[in-house]
Amino acid sequence: MSANPDTVLTTDLDIDALRADFPILHQEVNGRPLAYLDNAASAQRPRQVIDAVSHYYGSDHANVHRGVHTLSQRATDAFEGARTKVRRFINARSDKEIIWTRGTTEAINLVAQSWGRPRLGEGDEILITWLEHHANIVPWQIVCEQTGARLVVTPMDDTGQIRLDEFERLLGPKTRLVALGHVSNALGTVNPVHHVIAMAKERGVPVLLDGAQAVPHMTVDVQDLDCDFYAFSGHKMFGPTGIGVLYGRESILADMPPWQGGGDMILAVGFDETVYNELPWKFEAGTPNIAGAVGLGAAVDYLDSVGMSNIARREATLLEHATRVLEEVPGLRIIGTAPGKAAVISFILEGIHPHDIGTIVDHEGIAIRTGHHCAMPVMEYFGVPATARASFAFYNTEEEADRLAEALVKTREMFA
Amino acid sequence: MDLKDLYRDVIVDHNRSPRNFRQIEPPRREAEGLNPLCGDKLHVYLRVSDDRIEDAAFEGSGCAISVASASMMTEFLNGKTETEALDLFERIHEMLTGNESDMGDLASLGKLAALSGVRQYPTRVKCASLCWHTMKSALSGGDTVSTE
Repeated sequence: MSANPDTVLTTDLDIDALRADFPILHQEVNGRPLAYLDNAASAQRPRQVIDAVSHYYGSDHANVHRGVHTLSQRATDAFEGARTKVRRFINARSDKEIIWTRGTTEAINLVAQSWGRPRLGEGDEILITWLEHHANIVPWQIVCEQTGARLVVTPMDDTGQIRLDEFERLLGPKTRLVALGHVSNALGTVNPVHHVIAMAKERGVPVLLDGAQAVPHMTVDVQDLDCDFYAFSGHKMFGPTGIGVLYGRESILADMPPWQGGGDMILAVGFDETVYNELPWKFEAGTPNIAGAVGLGAAVDYLDSVGMSNIARREATLLEHATRVLEEVPGLRIIGTAPGKAAVISFILEGIHPHDIGTIVDHEGIAIRTGHHCAMPVMEYFGVPATARASFAFYNTEEEADRLAEALVKTREMFA
Repeated sequence: MDLKDLYRDVIVDHNRSPRNFRQIEPPRREAEGLNPLCGDKLHVYLRVSDDRIEDAAFEGSGCAISVASASMMTEFLNGKTETEALDLFERIHEMLTGNESDMGDLASLGKLAALSGVRQYPTRVKCASLCWHTMKSALSGGDTVSTE
């Protein structure tokens, strides 16, 4: 196993062997083999993750950082060991920079409230983009209401890419933070984050990346990115739900006040004075999701063993195939056509509502997402109330993409 | 389950050519219905005179189930009293969510009985019921209703 996925040699993955790791994939839905193409909403878990969580509860569970007894030590080792695995996985400098959260959403809210609220004032600006998931819009709207700051939105073009010229223009003297998605969940666009971060750095503006859709699909190196915050979720990277990560640059986290108060985030409590704990525990009030962290650590091990560069390459091949077969479906229009996309295909079928598409393909055992994908401004931009979205993981197959295309042809026939 | 139970011919037809797909000029009662889950948005218009619905119409966008349900509803409401309309609301609600044994006499619902297949698709019940909640809201003075 390699700590740095970049060093893993690119090889052809044995998809059948990998699929065997995912028990949930081997079932029939509505009498057909399940084709799970809703990975951007939540991916599935390999046996290795399920076993790690089960082993933790079956053998090692106790509360962390508290007891002198053996189980508490084992639980603490497993919990902190998982933190180290995640730190290595995204190449952060120190475990102090890895804060456990419930997920990407909570991580962004933490930054909005702990970093943003004390610093922002009337007229300050937070610069986001049109492509954001609601989780990277609403926390900023809330802190804007609290502080008088203003949310500024970088427009995008018809392919679903942010307009860099507009970004540069909007990045002004009042911009206090840039927050953008690394990969769009609705369209699959991979944002030019290196370029955006370089522009922001030139003006001394910190950058938060919403990495929920990036971490499961490509190598992410926070030092190479040079971002200040990076947020992601366990359940989209084949780990448990209810666990996620906020990476923060240590010097910035050290300056931030705690977000929530309680046990574990303190060193000493008196009624006159309370001394907060050190990083990262300062931001982890209460008994954490220990099993979730352990499971996420196992997911990181699993991804390392498969190799992120292998995964990225496999998914690019799948995307190419799926795009080709879907484009042959009469009346189908793909929404979001940026070059170098992640393996997400958002589409509409002329005259047929996405919700009907979702029901009909479900009858063929195919799970896709339909709706606004928590990105209503994106839908509005393209003038559609909703889209259907197929999102792939490395364990998906070309045959599953073919079945989707066939099911879409059937959908058209049903409404003809 | 057969998909044809959900997408019966009459539903496909009303989705393709929705009836009474227009506004009604004031005086009118109206309400808007939203289903945030799937982005369905319907606006229901009613002209009520002497307790009787003289005209019913709708506009908006939604899936085949929500559009067909609204289209058939506007046809059925014409000439009904407010009480009859509210009674119909209850019967449709029962048909979409209740037990088979509670569904009563489907034949008296005419084309609307075609919506009974939706019951087997719990994720789609809100699609079929959106226009009915909106109609009820319009009768009682109108407001935005949401099925979430």
